[in-house]
Amino acid sequence: MYRFAISRLLQAIPVLLMVITVTFFLVHSAPGGPFSADKAVPPEVIKALEEQYNLNQPVWQQYLNYLGDVLQGDFGPSFKYSGRTVNELIAAGLPITAELAFYAMLVALSVGITAGVGAAMRPNTMQDYLPMTGAMIGICMPSFLLGPLLVLIFGIHLDWLPVSGWGDIPGDKILPAITLGTGYAAYIARLSRGGMLEVLSQDYIRTARAKGLSERLIIIKHALRGGLIPVVAFLGPAFAGLLAGSFVVETIFQIPGLGRFYVQAAFNRDYTLILGMTIFLSTLIILFNLLSDMLAIWLNPKLRQEIRGTN
Amino acid sequence: MADAIEDHGTSLWKDAWIKLSKNRLALFGLAVLIMLIATSLLTPLIAPYGYETQNLNMGATAPSLQHWLGTDIFGRDMLTRIMYGGRVSLMVGFIATAVALVIGILWGAIAGFFGGRLDAIMMRIVDVLYALPFMIFIILLMVVFGRNILLLFLAIGAVEWLTMARIVRSQVMALRNQEFVEAANSLGLSQWTIIRRHIIPNTLGPVIVYTTLTIPSVMLLEAFLSFLGLGIQPPESSWGLLINYGVETMEEFPWLLIFPGIALSLTLFALNFLGDGLRDALDPRTSKD
Amino acid sequence: MAILEVNGLKVYFHTRNGVVKAVDDVSFSVDRGETLAIVGESGSGKSVTCYSLLDLLPKPPARIEGGTALFDGKDLLACSASEMRQHRCNDIAVIFQDPMTSLNPFLTIGEQLIEPLIYHPDRSQIQTRVEAKRTAVALLDEVGIIDSHARFDCYPHEFSGGMRQRVMIAMALITEPKLLICDEPTTALDVTIQAQILRLIKKLQETRNVAVIFISHDLGVVAGIADKVLVMCDGTIRETGGTDDLFYRTQNEYTKKLLAAIPEGAKTLPNRAKSDEILIEVTHLKTYFRNQLNTNNSEENRYIKAVDDVSLEIARGEILGLVGESGSGKSTLGRSILQLAPTTEGSVKFSGQTLTGLTAKQLVPWRRKMQMIFQDPYASLNPRMTVFETLSEPLLYHGIATWTTIASQVKQLMDDVGLSQAQLRKYPHEFSGGQRQRIAIGRAIATKPEFIIADEPVSALDVTIQAQILDLILELVERHNLTMMFISHDLSVVRYISDRVVIMNRGVIVEQGDTETLWAAPKEAYTKELLAAIPLADPAAERKRIANI
Repeated sequence: MYRFAISRLLQAIPVLLMVITVTFFLVHSAPGGPFSADKAVPPEVIKALEEQYNLNQPVWQQYLNYLGDVLQGDFGPSFKYSGRTVNELIAAGLPITAELAFYAMLVALSVGITAGVGAAMRPNTMQDYLPMTGAMIGICMPSFLLGPLLVLIFGIHLDWLPVSGWGDIPGDKILPAITLGTGYAAYIARLSRGGMLEVLSQDYIRTARAKGLSERLIIIKHALRGGLIPVVAFLGPAFAGLLAGSFVVETIFQIPGLGRFYVQAAFNRDYTLILGMTIFLSTLIILFNLLSDMLAIWLNPKLRQEIRGTN
Repeated sequence: MADAIEDHGTSLWKDAWIKLSKNRLALFGLAVLIMLIATSLLTPLIAPYGYETQNLNMGATAPSLQHWLGTDIFGRDMLTRIMYGGRVSLMVGFIATAVALVIGILWGAIAGFFGGRLDAIMMRIVDVLYALPFMIFIILLMVVFGRNILLLFLAIGAVEWLTMARIVRSQVMALRNQEFVEAANSLGLSQWTIIRRHIIPNTLGPVIVYTTLTIPSVMLLEAFLSFLGLGIQPPESSWGLLINYGVETMEEFPWLLIFPGIALSLTLFALNFLGDGLRDALDPRTSKD
Repeated sequence: MAILEVNGLKVYFHTRNGVVKAVDDVSFSVDRGETLAIVGESGSGKSVTCYSLLDLLPKPPARIEGGTALFDGKDLLACSASEMRQHRCNDIAVIFQDPMTSLNPFLTIGEQLIEPLIYHPDRSQIQTRVEAKRTAVALLDEVGIIDSHARFDCYPHEFSGGMRQRVMIAMALITEPKLLICDEPTTALDVTIQAQILRLIKKLQETRNVAVIFISHDLGVVAGIADKVLVMCDGTIRETGGTDDLFYRTQNEYTKKLLAAIPEGAKTLPNRAKSDEILIEVTHLKTYFRNQLNTNNSEENRYIKAVDDVSLEIARGEILGLVGESGSGKSTLGRSILQLAPTTEGSVKFSGQTLTGLTAKQLVPWRRKMQMIFQDPYASLNPRMTVFETLSEPLLYHGIATWTTIASQVKQLMDDVGLSQAQLRKYPHEFSGGQRQRIAIGRAIATKPEFIIADEPVSALDVTIQAQILDLILELVERHNLTMMFISHDLSVVRYISDRVVIMNRGVIVEQGDTETLWAAPKEAYTKELLAAIPLADPAAERKRIANI
């Protein structure tokens, strides 16, 4: 398994290299330099700035320099936040976004799996229809609509919960986590219902019943493992989605996390920040995809042994 | 021999339609979809006001008989703006899905039909692309090249084709080993005839289902980007953009948020219900009872 | 004394298209230590009857509409969910048909074996893991799992089909049940494995004095092990009685039909291989597949040798039976002869012309002359084409018919295979399995081929339908002067239909010869083992056979 994990990690290296290369040249082929959009700046100032950021060198030279820096974990200085490096900005935003993503995932998994498994246990009854209708609403109610509506209802009308900030006032983490988690809870509910229904119709569940096991044991021991494999495989893409979703949620709730930085960097045309964050987020997402893939494989004894066999 | 009276059988398509027509939610979805398409096509003719017609005396009025869905802060009719926004949202949904459909079907069908090393390479590429954080890339593209609507179609289409390719490939792979395709081979039919008569008709079901489900996810993506200010740009409009404006003023004028939100959610609902209904109706496993 | 007494059992399925009376007024009883066989074709209600006793039917659509099932005096149909758990854990166990799907792939077999002991509904009977494991390992030994201690921690996919069924049997017996329900326990297995499993069940039943209900579609299988037989059809009992009475003094018409449908004895038609002309000549044919699950890279294991150096000849007009168990390479050989599977080495000649090495285009004129009939009538027809489209495709493609003559030619084909012309515009899903197989046969003979390979054409069919299709095939061979290679795992069927037999095992030919010569005096050990494994629909002979395995 370790060797398999390492070989998969090695396979991720060319992908990451591709990401760095494509992102770098995309950003550098952008029409207009980073300083041209601003008010009239004296040419000598631009020249000085370009020298400061090595923009006067040929592109390939810049690329190699940048690649070298990135490999050492240095994303360089930010264009717009003068005096701060991209690394500092990422370090400032990451804990906040990670916490938000963690709570959202918690909401998504607990609500989603409970609803999905419950629905699959009694298909075509109220226990199925109600959560599944809820899941459909969750899917059709994107975070950028749900967030403002929650703010409108719980923040402004009922005045129960704070509507902005992160860790300033007690309870200000509730609405963002729910906003970000709801859509994924809905997906996970549908996935786990489908997976569980599939498994519950298998012959081996009938065997377990015939052995006199209790219904609870059948669900927990015999059905969940197979039924939740689709959910596990979805965790990687879900994580990528959560990061993208944090762009919106952090903007709505004014949370100083990675997502808000990224959107602001996009508007400010802060090219080094965008470049650095794209590479950083891509690495995270690729790693999480890898993890969820391997977890899904590990859960299946047959695949697990085939991998052992190839080593 | 005298012509016997022939019973006309029920094809699987007809069967599916009968099942679909019993599914009220799916029919509702179909009706909403047809209405939306018709409205979008006819918007310039039936919209009650001009798209840019401002009436500053009527700045942000609540819904009334004159303006059914109220007006925005510039006094522009919300119904009109939602109708125009829907045109753009639907167009993005359909065109980007069409892009995904064409690439995905070709890619998946070629990989699945020829198999072997070609298949391994093609699907490896799909796997690699799957691992990429596309949302971030689309944002990057939008930032770098400006908010170009054509680019948006291509970028979204480029993301969505991956799943389509996987679905088509697995379908084709499964069909290729089916006995009726082997029978066609043993009859000496040409590869093209086999693809046309035996493979394509049998892959259509899942493709239709997935297409129906791709359209709402594309519309969602577009709305997401527009909401962030990175998708459709004014003076063009879309539901995501309207929701963005609505959020800014939701405390005073909630209808500016709620109506575009309802329009978007309702459309997503309709398409998802239709997709789910089609999936049930076209699933051969449910066709036996 | 009866341990189970079923009276007036009625189970109906409430579907969208109305009520199906799956079991309608069925009564029977089983004594302690007795074996009752319930025999019927698909849809007869035999499995539903037994599943309803243990409340294993999906509800809805199933509903028990009436009757009682007294087990030791207590009504199984009226007991609560927790009482039912007690019965499942203590009294009644089931062995299911398909050992490949009936074991949980995510849990070790040991875990699945000891479950009922360590999670017993009655707290006083709960055992510790160590105790349960001791019991389970001893039982695994008893059912013939070698190295049972180590195998205890293996997952189901590490066992072969026959071994899995042994595990299933151990799992059923671990709670020391008083009644064992066996639902077609050998149907998914090869014939030699089937014989071993039958003998094992018989032995265990005798040592434990447990009552057995043995469900089967095959009267031959039950002849040797049943004390009583119950014949079911369409949800009702057609005949019931002692095994000898039922076989030797059959009362009911349906039972007679079932017995008559069992292919038995030598071929009744004269040997057709009159000519000396060799139509098919296979020399040193090899078909290897690259091993996908290449666990070690030795040269030996890189390829799966599905067909390994096979040479045979088929004379014009002959019916050649090709027999082998699963994995013997018999289907691959058939496909290789027809150039549907890529051959690795060797040659195939069709009436003197070498087919191996020809391009797809060059093969087209030859394709018309050789056709194939497939096993699964549900998969071998394109579900989106009408019968007319399916049958007209080969005719039009090979220019045998024109648009003006096609209608009458397709109708002729329908007549040939015994289908009504009125059904031409219907789709495959609107036909039964037997009718579908007729359509597939019609497609195969449409181009007026000289040579047909039939790959297990009747193994997916019920026994009465099987007899009809076999007779149809014989009739068509006669009428159109066909040459045929008939592939099957079922020796009785092959004997009934073939002039000459080839026995295959692990990719090579073990033995070949004229059917009756080979049956009378098999030379190779494997052939002898195969022939000895055939169940006989004659209780006295079958009992003797089982005892000798």
